[in-house]
Amino acid sequence: MGIINIDTDILIIGGGAAGCFAAVEIYKKSPNCKVVIMEKAHIERSGCLAMGLNAINAYIHSGQTPESYVSYVEKQFMGVIRKDLVYSIAQGLNDAVKDVEEMGLPIDKNEDGTYKERGKRSIHIFGERLKPILAEAVEKTPAQVLNRVVATNFIYNGKRVCGAFGYGVRNSTFYVVRAKAVIVATGGASGIYKPSNTGGARYLMWYCPWNVGTGYAMGIRIGAEMTSFENRFIALRVKDVHAPTGTIAVGAHSKQINARGEDYLERYYKHLGGIKCFTQHRLLATIEETKAGRGPCYLDTTTLSEANERKLKEDFLNMNPQIILLWASKGMNPRNKPVEIQGTEPFVVGGHCQAGYWIDKERRTTIKGLYAAGEVAGGAPKKYVSGSWVEARIAAITAMEDIKGISLVNIDDRVIQIEKGRVLSPLNKKSGISPLEMRERLQKIMDEYAGGISANYALHEERLLEARRLLKSLKEHIKDMSAVNNYNLVEALECIDRIDVARVLVEHLIYRRETRWSCYQTRLDYPEKNDDRWSVFVNSVYNPEADEIIMVERPLCK
Amino acid sequence: MSIFIDENICNGCKGLAEARCERICPGDLCYRKENTKAAIRDQSACWTCACCVKECPVQAIELRLPFQVCSNGASLKVRLKPDKTIWSVWDADKHQEEFIIQAKRLKGDK
Repeated sequence: MGIINIDTDILIIGGGAAGCFAAVEIYKKSPNCKVVIMEKAHIERSGCLAMGLNAINAYIHSGQTPESYVSYVEKQFMGVIRKDLVYSIAQGLNDAVKDVEEMGLPIDKNEDGTYKERGKRSIHIFGERLKPILAEAVEKTPAQVLNRVVATNFIYNGKRVCGAFGYGVRNSTFYVVRAKAVIVATGGASGIYKPSNTGGARYLMWYCPWNVGTGYAMGIRIGAEMTSFENRFIALRVKDVHAPTGTIAVGAHSKQINARGEDYLERYYKHLGGIKCFTQHRLLATIEETKAGRGPCYLDTTTLSEANERKLKEDFLNMNPQIILLWASKGMNPRNKPVEIQGTEPFVVGGHCQAGYWIDKERRTTIKGLYAAGEVAGGAPKKYVSGSWVEARIAAITAMEDIKGISLVNIDDRVIQIEKGRVLSPLNKKSGISPLEMRERLQKIMDEYAGGISANYALHEERLLEARRLLKSLKEHIKDMSAVNNYNLVEALECIDRIDVARVLVEHLIYRRETRWSCYQTRLDYPEKNDDRWSVFVNSVYNPEADEIIMVERPLCK
Repeated sequence: MSIFIDENICNGCKGLAEARCERICPGDLCYRKENTKAAIRDQSACWTCACCVKECPVQAIELRLPFQVCSNGASLKVRLKPDKTIWSVWDADKHQEEFIIQAKRLKGDK
């Protein structure tokens, strides 16, 4: 099998929202800077935006400020967020959205040209083609795009990241990309927990099923510091098809009701002194109502007007066409029957919640030469797509500045051969554990022992310790995985990455001995929030030599 | 079933190095069979994102939902125009509903 060697100034891993935006930004600021994007699928339709998007949920409307945005996120996340990061995002949101509008994204506007207010921090877009629009902007730059090349590991000499290895699934070729700086933008992780749909519908899930946490795993394996994995994300979504409830609740002003027709949310947040229900309490309320025998729960769409029903369907087609099929298959419309909602399985993401690389304000990770942007970067929840663009811009500017005076590093051929051998080893086995078996075993462990759907997301120490033990033993079986073709090989590599992420996640879940975030992190053995002890970030660093995850605490910043 | 490829309509994107659905699928599920028709390698690994449905220039691909989630019968097809997306949805009784939605600002659009 051949090797392709590529040298570049900046390597971007992951051509999604953040990755594409970073490439465009670098070209704008420094047209001679060489850029390579390494993309697992094809940048025209890859990652979370593949299906499209109907709203941008991080935007500063007139009357709001970056300060008010930070204060909103801080409240929603019970005081534990990186205010410096969220503030830097809030400052750049509107400019980033304007840039993407100029690339071709249609945005719903008032007659005076301002964006229509969909919610307090939200605008309504026609984003079915958002990803192709971003990809087209990349095509106008000289950036080299390596589609269908799966990143496998960073090239790391113990001092700095000097590039990355990848495997090309179309040409069965091993890639060695040397770079002066690497921006990781691979998204979050799905498939860690047993999904809500199983069997033949198992990939019908909320988050992109091919975002498997590869960027996290590659960082973990070289000892990059990670933060807040225990702040898992569980989405409250339309049952089975995972269509966004916000499209109905915010876009069409529908109420959340239980099986008795009662508007049940107030019971779960009024006593907390809030005037609005937090995202996590909408989920908590729905689970508690169901546990109390008052489920299923619904979004009441029966009060929609015919014109608004049509608008709602159009919004869903721009983001989640499955729900339109669900209604069509039942021969029903949302005006006839409320829409049933449920929680998804937990995901590890830095865009809705805050799991990810521990970074400085300039988006440097704790490893020299490595920068993080988007879902893979931690500490800044509710950044969503527009926040990911801002982070991409900041990371790009920092990387461009830092590479001045940096040269490419020679890579020992033995290092290349070792990685190539590791990556290809499942193909060289005639029989063994299939990637599907491995994935389902992992998902079963996580579901049962680390607070999956079957445990109503609840956690406690004894079960988590069992998860720790089972995952350690699962890791020993990685060498027994076999793959029959390239597609299958990628599935095997995904399992390896997911297991590395899951092990770190479990250590974070064990470590935080309080309940900080409802459902995302509910400890049965420590049911109260304890601000005196736990107003800190829980971070971790993996030591590959000892196969040990070391926990670190970091104070809140101002 | 998540997508249905009608082999009577599919022309395998003859002449292209890859079929368009094969090129675009974010999960790398579409491929071209020896008889030059497109196929999906694993229905249970499909996200039902409809990227292949949108990409097919002859509308040979329909989006459906797995039976595990709802009964069969409904389907969806898409045509892309430079500035808009046209969706056709059929329910189980073959009633059709059509949606034309703006999707891209062209040069000069406000």
